[in-house]
Amino acid sequence: MRTDTLLEQLCKINAIAGFEASASNEIKEIFGRYCDKVWVDTFYNVIGYKKGSSKNGKKIMITAHYDQIGLIVTGYEKNGFLRVSNLGGVDTKALLAREVTVHGEKDVFGVIGAKPPHLLSGDEMKKNVKLTDLFIDTGLPDEELIETVAVGDPVSINSQFVRMVNGCAAGRNLDNRCGVAACVLALEKLKNIEHENDVYVIATVQEEAGLIGAISSSYNIEPDIAVVIDVCHGDMPEADKASTFTLGKGVPVGVGPAFNKNVTQQLLKLADQEGIPTQLCVEAGDPGTEAWAIQVSGMGIAVVEVCIPLRYMHTGAELVNLEDVDTAAALVSKFAAGRTVRLSKEDADDTDTD
Amino acid sequence: MIELVRELAGTYGPSGREDEIRGVIRKKISGKVDELYTDTLGNLIAVKKGNGKRIMLAAHMDEIGVVATYIEENGFIRFSNIGGVSPVFSLGQRVRFANGVCGCVCYEEKLKEPKDLNFSKMFIDIGTNSRERTMEYVSPGDIAVFEAGTIEQNGRYISKALDDRIGCAVLIELIGQLNEVKNEIAFVFTVQEEVGLRGAGTAAYAIKPDLAVAVDVTNTGDTPGCNPLSIELGKGAAVMIKDGRTISHPLVKNKLIDLAKRFDIQYQLEVIEKGGNDAGSIHTTAGGIPSGGVSIPCRYMHSPCEMVDAGDVNNVVKLLKAFIQSED
Amino acid sequence: MIRTLIELTKIDGVSGDEEQVRKYIEERVEKYGLEHMTDTIGNLIVRAGENSGNLKVMLAAHMDEVGLIINHITDNGKLKFAAVGGFDTRILTGQHVRIGDSKIPGVIGYKSIHLQEKKERESAVKQKDLYIDIGAKDREDAEKYIKLGDFAAFSSEPVFFGKNRLKAKALDDRAGCAVLLELVKEKWPFELYACFTVQEEVGLRGATVAAKRVAPDIAVVIEGTTCADVPEVSGHEISTEIGKGPALTFIDRTAIADSILLRHFESTAKKESIPFQWKQTVSGGNDAGKIQVSGSGVRVIAVSVPCRYIHSPVSVLDIYDLENTKELVKKALLTLPLVFDGRQKND
Repeated sequence: MRTDTLLEQLCKINAIAGFEASASNEIKEIFGRYCDKVWVDTFYNVIGYKKGSSKNGKKIMITAHYDQIGLIVTGYEKNGFLRVSNLGGVDTKALLAREVTVHGEKDVFGVIGAKPPHLLSGDEMKKNVKLTDLFIDTGLPDEELIETVAVGDPVSINSQFVRMVNGCAAGRNLDNRCGVAACVLALEKLKNIEHENDVYVIATVQEEAGLIGAISSSYNIEPDIAVVIDVCHGDMPEADKASTFTLGKGVPVGVGPAFNKNVTQQLLKLADQEGIPTQLCVEAGDPGTEAWAIQVSGMGIAVVEVCIPLRYMHTGAELVNLEDVDTAAALVSKFAAGRTVRLSKEDADDTDTD
Repeated sequence: MIELVRELAGTYGPSGREDEIRGVIRKKISGKVDELYTDTLGNLIAVKKGNGKRIMLAAHMDEIGVVATYIEENGFIRFSNIGGVSPVFSLGQRVRFANGVCGCVCYEEKLKEPKDLNFSKMFIDIGTNSRERTMEYVSPGDIAVFEAGTIEQNGRYISKALDDRIGCAVLIELIGQLNEVKNEIAFVFTVQEEVGLRGAGTAAYAIKPDLAVAVDVTNTGDTPGCNPLSIELGKGAAVMIKDGRTISHPLVKNKLIDLAKRFDIQYQLEVIEKGGNDAGSIHTTAGGIPSGGVSIPCRYMHSPCEMVDAGDVNNVVKLLKAFIQSED
Repeated sequence: MIRTLIELTKIDGVSGDEEQVRKYIEERVEKYGLEHMTDTIGNLIVRAGENSGNLKVMLAAHMDEVGLIINHITDNGKLKFAAVGGFDTRILTGQHVRIGDSKIPGVIGYKSIHLQEKKERESAVKQKDLYIDIGAKDREDAEKYIKLGDFAAFSSEPVFFGKNRLKAKALDDRAGCAVLLELVKEKWPFELYACFTVQEEVGLRGATVAAKRVAPDIAVVIEGTTCADVPEVSGHEISTEIGKGPALTFIDRTAIADSILLRHFESTAKKESIPFQWKQTVSGGNDAGKIQVSGSGVRVIAVSVPCRYIHSPVSVLDIYDLENTKELVKKALLTLPLVFDGRQKND
């Protein structure tokens, strides 16, 4: 399947953190094309399973969260306005003058306006606006608004998926539909190669709201090894060079206390052997991704992380290079399939005759 | 109900030292449930056996307080907070230690700016002149709770520690009203919620319920100059959509709203940005437990005059009863 | 025990890189003939005592220390880093560090004071403006010696000074590890698991999983804790005092100690005439925080060796505080079965 078409389809889906129920079916349908079994659990994590060919294979779990950040209705104001709070880490800087969809009894179009510049003081214009200062303008009469939209209804931020030069694409929800796309592409590849390991690919929920899906699914699956696919910060001129990664220059792989050193080394070695370029993404502690929760699930799980560089995270103008999605998928599929996965030295002595 | 509330709210039980309140609650429900026991951290678990689903209701027994950390030479007691204690709200308050000794919370007078007020500039005075004398009554590590009476007025309860003794009262009332149960219900009076939702998760781990509902108080947005919030006193049981730690699971949330509509129980919807209740640690326990909350709207939380509406409390009881007796 | 402590502090083991520390401890544990295993995250779990079926006790001390991790190499061969664990980054200016398995020496320099403007002289340096210099002339040169993800530990040698004082890096928590290494040698009338945990400094990570594997009834955490007993700190802001004995924590930011355990340790200290003190500030946290809420709950207590200038290259302890910490834990544990008779549900 073409990466851009797949990603476009995925980004259209609305799966706001905590409200993924309706989206889970579409993800299930996509996963189902490439898996032996696929199911949706109580929290709407979508789990695809591909059986491995060997009895001695490991249990590998690949996760990518499919929830997106959004807003939630907290109250009404006269004349068709709604007050909101956040679901996930919304940057209010990127909310002014945006179009949104309020998901009530039916979808309602809305606009987040702003006080006109003529009425703003010099000081006001210098400060960032707070969420409590924003309103959604639905243009509906109050009685109809109250019938259609309830407190607690989720709101998604509208944005188009746009193909750009250089193989790039921009839009909303690229965090983390890129990861989900990489999962789908990896599954597609795995369908055509023999793999020893049992592979579970999970589109997880509520990463943006506390890594909830990762916590529950890693407890339930109890994998030997987990691979997290998430976005990381792409290169942006004003940002710290240590925390950003060049688009199209290789897959950033996580290194640091959160990631299993041994398995990460194997992943890097495999990438080298397969001619897949990598970059090192150094994290001093909590990487802010599902890896942090998975690592301490149960009696501990060996985690590695593979990232896709993304610029302007959590705005409606997220930008990636599609080649990075492909490279991540290639690396993950080879890793999941390969015999090179060993947890310990003893393990190595058993199965490896090199 | 007011008598029950008064007794519960007036009983000593700060986070980590809940023995006394647990004893009082135990006496009230013993004989009315099939199983009653205390777990390792001190959670009190009361089970009414039944078929169907296993449902856990959690209300926390612990209240906020202050812990003595250092006794000055002249007998004054320095302290720190147990849970979310506001230096401003605690100023001028009376506190009571486990052994009954009372003190008042004061501050270093030289302090000019209210915004500089913090615990290291405050102290408790129990009326002694020396460290030796104080140490006859209070040692470092001793915890005191705030002291304030409980009254009923205009259909409202005003008291300290309605957070969450009112939740405990709701569970006790429910236990009293039930004879036969359709599902298996674990009524859990949890510990250490105020210091980080610490007891609930461990209780849920052992019980492994199919569904869980936290019964706690929640803030309102109906007082002068307050932050916007759509919850109001007297407008019904607050069904939690989300708070700072949990986005309620649709299974629980939708069921509660359905039942409220079906049985014509007055309800309102709760969306909170910060703060969390026991659902926060329950829902990530084991392989994930679908959880939600039914909250009692409460003004002035963590102050000596928390205020709830008696009608709201009744509606909370009604809604929870419908939920635990529901067979679908 | 002091010799062990000194050797332990000489080893580098920043959170996430504890292998060498674990190796040292493992070698000794093998010599004592004790069963042990290393789990996925790197905790070393040692089994001691006998399976009396009644009580399961977990002891925890963490092997990791605070330090730095290299996260970027500049074009001119300087190394940018992030702090691993929490510490006052103002101490970094002018420090010596050693990087990676080869222990490449580096310095964290800063523009000489002669060249600083007045405003600069008066403000604290921002950590992101600092870098390590290993003498490399450019990126290519630097990459011959180090790579991204290498850990850097403080270069600090152990020194005895003053009266009974030891200065070294990583006393938090090699002091706890040294105590644990002594305690595993004893004969225990119950199942005892000594857990040398990893990654405490970045979020009590190792303890979180070790506790689930061991599933103890009771856990005692042996830590290093802050003092703040220096001039200009008023009485009540002092956390613990060096030389006044092991500190018992009734409450810190991550756990409220079990009241029965507190009473027991306090009365043991008094009965055995072991000096002890209360940790006076409700600050900091340790492995007890995660152990307490694991599974269906665990009774916990933390006993700490007071360390001045904790989380710095010049942390200091009193060797008698170390000795008394070991004594207190040993005596309290030996009499533990009298206080707790097992794993039954209470009432």
